[in-house]
Amino acid sequence: MNTKITAIPMNELEPSPDFSPDSKLWTENITIKYGNNRVISQNLSVKIPNKSFTVIVGPNACGKSTLLRALSKLITPSAGHVLLDGKDIMKYKSKEVARKLGFLPQSSTAPNGITVANLIAHGRYPYQTLVSQWTSEDEAAVLSAMEVTNTSELSDRFVDELSGGQRQRVWIAMVLAQQTPILLLDEPTTYLDIAHQIELLELFKNLNAQGNTMVAVLHDLNHAARYANHMIAMKEGQIVAQGNPSDIVTEQLVEKVFGMKCTIIDDPISHTPLVVPLGK
Amino acid sequence: MSHIDFGRRYIRIKKPFKWRIDIRSLVVTSILFVITMVIGALALMMGSLDVSGQDVLSALTGKATGMTKTIVVEWRLPRVVAAIIFGAGLAVSGAIFQSITRNPLGSPDIIGFSSGSYTGALLVMLGTGPVSYLGVAAGALAGGFITAILIYLFAFRQGTQGFRLIIVGIAISTILGSFNNMLLIKNEAEVALTAASWGIGSLNGIGWKHIIPAMIFVVLLLFCAWVMTRPLREMELGYDVSKSHGVRIERSQIILILIAVALIAAPTAVMGPVSFVALAAPQIVLRFAKTAESLIPSAAMGALLLLAADVLAQQIVPDIILPVGVITLSIGGLYLVWLLYHQARSAF
Repeated sequence: MNTKITAIPMNELEPSPDFSPDSKLWTENITIKYGNNRVISQNLSVKIPNKSFTVIVGPNACGKSTLLRALSKLITPSAGHVLLDGKDIMKYKSKEVARKLGFLPQSSTAPNGITVANLIAHGRYPYQTLVSQWTSEDEAAVLSAMEVTNTSELSDRFVDELSGGQRQRVWIAMVLAQQTPILLLDEPTTYLDIAHQIELLELFKNLNAQGNTMVAVLHDLNHAARYANHMIAMKEGQIVAQGNPSDIVTEQLVEKVFGMKCTIIDDPISHTPLVVPLGK
Repeated sequence: MSHIDFGRRYIRIKKPFKWRIDIRSLVVTSILFVITMVIGALALMMGSLDVSGQDVLSALTGKATGMTKTIVVEWRLPRVVAAIIFGAGLAVSGAIFQSITRNPLGSPDIIGFSSGSYTGALLVMLGTGPVSYLGVAAGALAGGFITAILIYLFAFRQGTQGFRLIIVGIAISTILGSFNNMLLIKNEAEVALTAASWGIGSLNGIGWKHIIPAMIFVVLLLFCAWVMTRPLREMELGYDVSKSHGVRIERSQIILILIAVALIAAPTAVMGPVSFVALAAPQIVLRFAKTAESLIPSAAMGALLLLAADVLAQQIVPDIILPVGVITLSIGGLYLVWLLYHQARSAF
């Protein structure tokens, strides 16, 4: 996949997640309920290592998206705390959180007839006020977000008329325009073909190498193992394993989490674990 | 530094406020404003007694005296000003509801606030006998707000769902409509006749003392709506995205609904329910401005629509002044048919 995203040669960018205890985002014994009764997660404590590319994996409805939403203050845990920079996330003003972490939901709809640049400019909302609605910083942030995501040429197009891959890059540009040190992405590659999936994952890897903490929910275990430097495996609202994918992705773990027998081989390109299902 | 190609042209303002103004919307608003002023001037000149442009000008600048002054300043001017300000209020109310429901049908005259205001006004008129203006206004306001609360309770579950709001609104609107008819039938013909004519929506016989409080109220509300435009547009990106951008959704939504209900209730309290301006103005202006970033073009279109409809109502049948509601209802009815046709076509 030939993308313009790789401005710096990849081999010089050895991602260096900071696994020291000073994580900037973690949860302490949170309980998350859906509606009033159904408990999704109980007593969940998760630490997102600073400057890591963390991927959350697990079967459908295991609570991984819910965890991501709790981490980004979209839902309020019924017990426990989510801490951002050491402070309870609920004690922040909404816009303050939005300047520290960006979130992209699994699917979003753009307003009718909005152009790409105008949609990306919405990422600047947390910095804007009634009297200061468009500054040089806003302009610079949008320009750089478009450059990084390779959407500059699309800027005057209508979002409605883009292809799925282009559209997803535009949404990611919107989150990047928010200029937050932490980015949370809920299944960002789900509706894309394989080439566009890899293109995006390479982009995330670069963003991580540039110092952003990336947290993504992914469905594809092999993508997760290849691109993440920290993995959280969840099942039924609880964490089953976490750590470097090369250490934790084992046949036992896959069977435990997904209930599927497999064999693990070495990915000949990235030398990360490659999950090969055994079938019946 | 290179510049962003937004696909639209903007004027960038750096002082005193840092703003980005859409040129096309600005042009559309200016054109609408000029047309409104021209029609407004014509409205001051025309009537059972024609006044020359020069006399109108001297009346407005306070130089004229006697009959000319009375006709222009006391009779015709309040009517023109009311049409402009109330029209703007109705249109902005419609624009807010259409944005919240994300549906061009989600306008307050369709969802039942007008019927609710009418019910409130009717109850006052039929209950207290001799009709006091303030009583009717209070009744209309209360009716509008109670309807809003009812619809909110029925339609809102874990945030807004546009379509649900519209369906519930239409249902409540229909129920209130039959209730209104029942009230009219059950009462003495004379009182019912006054009440029914109020129900069509009219600016006939409006003077300064009737409209000043409502006008001040509407102007303040328009300012509030302008302040709330950014969270309103942000919420069009959906719950997750707007919340993660720092919009306090529940709070913003309630404030916006209150503003929009008051913007429809206050004019309704004065002139009765005038339908379709709220429904049509934001959609018509969208076709010209090609963006709905700002509410101001909608306001300008609403002002023009209501003023033009009122002038038409006064001129269309010789010697008879129709209520403006008849005109907006007829034109708006055609528009609604067209809208439903297009919605149905794009849905299937």
